[in-house]
Amino acid sequence: MDKIVNQKAWFLVLPVFAVVAFSAILPLMTVVNYSMQDTFGNNQFFWNGVGWFKELLDPSTDLGGRFLASLGRNLLFSAIILAIEVPLGIVVALSMPREGWTVAVCLVILALPLLIPWNVVGTIWQIFGRPDIGLLGYTLNSLGFDYNYVSNEFDAWATVIVMDVWHWTSLVALLCYAGLKSIPDAYYQAAQIDGASRWAVFKAIQLPKMNRVLLIAVLLRFMDSFMIYTEPFVVTGGGPGNSTTFVSIELVKIALGQFDLGKAAALSLVYNLIILIVCWVFYTVMTNAGAERPAKQGGA
Amino acid sequence: MARIDLVDLAHSYGGNDAAPESFALKPVTMTWRQGGAYALLGPSGCGKTTLLNLISGIVTPSRGKILFDGADITPLSTQKRNIAQVFQFPVIYDTMTVGQNLAFPLQNRGVPKAEVEARVRQIADLLDLTFYLDRKATRLTADAKQKISLGRGLVRSDVAAVLFDEPLTVIDPELKWQLRSKLKALHRELDLTMIYVTHDQTEALTFADTVVVMHDGRVVQSGTPAELFDKPAHTFVGYFIGSPGMNIVPAVVRGHEAQIDGHIIGLHRNYGVLPAGAKIEVGVRPEFVNIAAPASGLLSATIERIDDLGRARFARVRIGDAKFAARVPPGFSVPDNMVGLVFDPAHVHVYADSRLVEGVA
Repeated sequence: MDKIVNQKAWFLVLPVFAVVAFSAILPLMTVVNYSMQDTFGNNQFFWNGVGWFKELLDPSTDLGGRFLASLGRNLLFSAIILAIEVPLGIVVALSMPREGWTVAVCLVILALPLLIPWNVVGTIWQIFGRPDIGLLGYTLNSLGFDYNYVSNEFDAWATVIVMDVWHWTSLVALLCYAGLKSIPDAYYQAAQIDGASRWAVFKAIQLPKMNRVLLIAVLLRFMDSFMIYTEPFVVTGGGPGNSTTFVSIELVKIALGQFDLGKAAALSLVYNLIILIVCWVFYTVMTNAGAERPAKQGGA
Repeated sequence: MARIDLVDLAHSYGGNDAAPESFALKPVTMTWRQGGAYALLGPSGCGKTTLLNLISGIVTPSRGKILFDGADITPLSTQKRNIAQVFQFPVIYDTMTVGQNLAFPLQNRGVPKAEVEARVRQIADLLDLTFYLDRKATRLTADAKQKISLGRGLVRSDVAAVLFDEPLTVIDPELKWQLRSKLKALHRELDLTMIYVTHDQTEALTFADTVVVMHDGRVVQSGTPAELFDKPAHTFVGYFIGSPGMNIVPAVVRGHEAQIDGHIIGLHRNYGVLPAGAKIEVGVRPEFVNIAAPASGLLSATIERIDDLGRARFARVRIGDAKFAARVPPGFSVPDNMVGLVFDPAHVHVYADSRLVEGVA
């Protein structure tokens, strides 16, 4: 039978295409356009080809130096965040009750930080950490720790990390909890019968059953922490010096502070590309890690 | 390996203070002999899985004790009870190979490596899993997975008992037969006490030496398949076991006679004293009632239909309001729907309030 060719379906796709074009493709193309040019304001643009990209990847230039330094800080930040939040989230999920009214209480408490807007989180911690009036800063200082996130790099980092852990560990915990809840009781009973220790139960049942949600949790937390802007901007403003200036903060400084649209456009394209690549690699590696090559069935 | 005694064991999911009638398992006292093959048979919700979980320790009883070889193990956790259990749906440790899955219960108990390996090989051989030993268990079919679960249940040689909770539910009918005979063979080979929960009478009767029938939280009878067939202790056993089930009709019993629908049939035994006020019924298996041409000395009935089961034909008849099944002798044909019923007095039992009354010879 011949297929009836009917091109009318394209009209149905058209509205979506138009919306996506306006919301994503056109802005992105504008950025691509900017990234090839330089401007000194007055809406005057000069062609620069791949010049910004070359500079961006060359640490000896000002732009490249700033980009690579902030990229390094950002990767370190994401690595620390993942290393803390994922295990902590798992531990929290494991220690949550499985049934009863306490479940609801725990869920609400866990959800609270997630409901607070980013800049409010930043403000909360900015005040919380102040040595003069903040509960945390004051307490630490009166206990004899010389804590000051405005002047000390280490303190600034610690504050930003603790703040992110406070804000986002709940997400990992909730995802893990959902994963744990989906494990049928029979698995735990079988493990009891098989004499498995608590650790063996975790390793043989809980972790493998959670691996899907963990993949999602790791991806979400990586993307979010890699794109982090608001909270450190509110708390430290990227300082002291440049010590907590992450890529997005650097980007805003270049785009809005200096109005270097070309540089900023090139930077944001590379930034975007890095996130896409890292997520793709993550996803491929983690989905293939659990899955063995398809076993040949019916051998015996 | 051990003898298992249940002493006044009872359980309610609503706690110990729940009404006695709401108990999932009503008080039961019984003994499971070392090396026996038992089947726990009953309809869904009759408490058989509860009983199994009590023995394995997944559920802690509200009342009563469980003894292994005379030692009270009621307060012990599942891990310390030395018992194996196979569940209705396959439980597989995803990250492990088939071999590691089988070895898991042994490794957790610190069995020496060489011994683990030997035992895993033996069990894999018995279950035809040797070919898969180094495969990841996740990618196998449901029945291969269930075989692994069975294997994990059988791999320990020192267990007090292996409990099976409807383990063949997920298996195709064809394989079901094979696996069941395999289990039977394993039972002979490994000398383990096995308790097999099922709601399928064929499964129970083919697997077990002793079938324990449960109904509404009570153990109503425990005996060999032949005993359950010949002398059901409870009307429930009568119609739950056998196909078609036992005929049970209200009757008036006096001495050596029972009166059904105004007609008197002779009994083999004498039922002098029957509990006063009890509901008296007569039970007889269709296999022991023959259809004959209507005659004055026979209880008359109307045929509704005849089922041909291949090995035998059974007539569904009606006596007054009561439904009845009876065997149709080979070559018998009925001129019209009216027939007479010929009873075998030796196999007619009397029940008072659903329980068998032993007559006097």
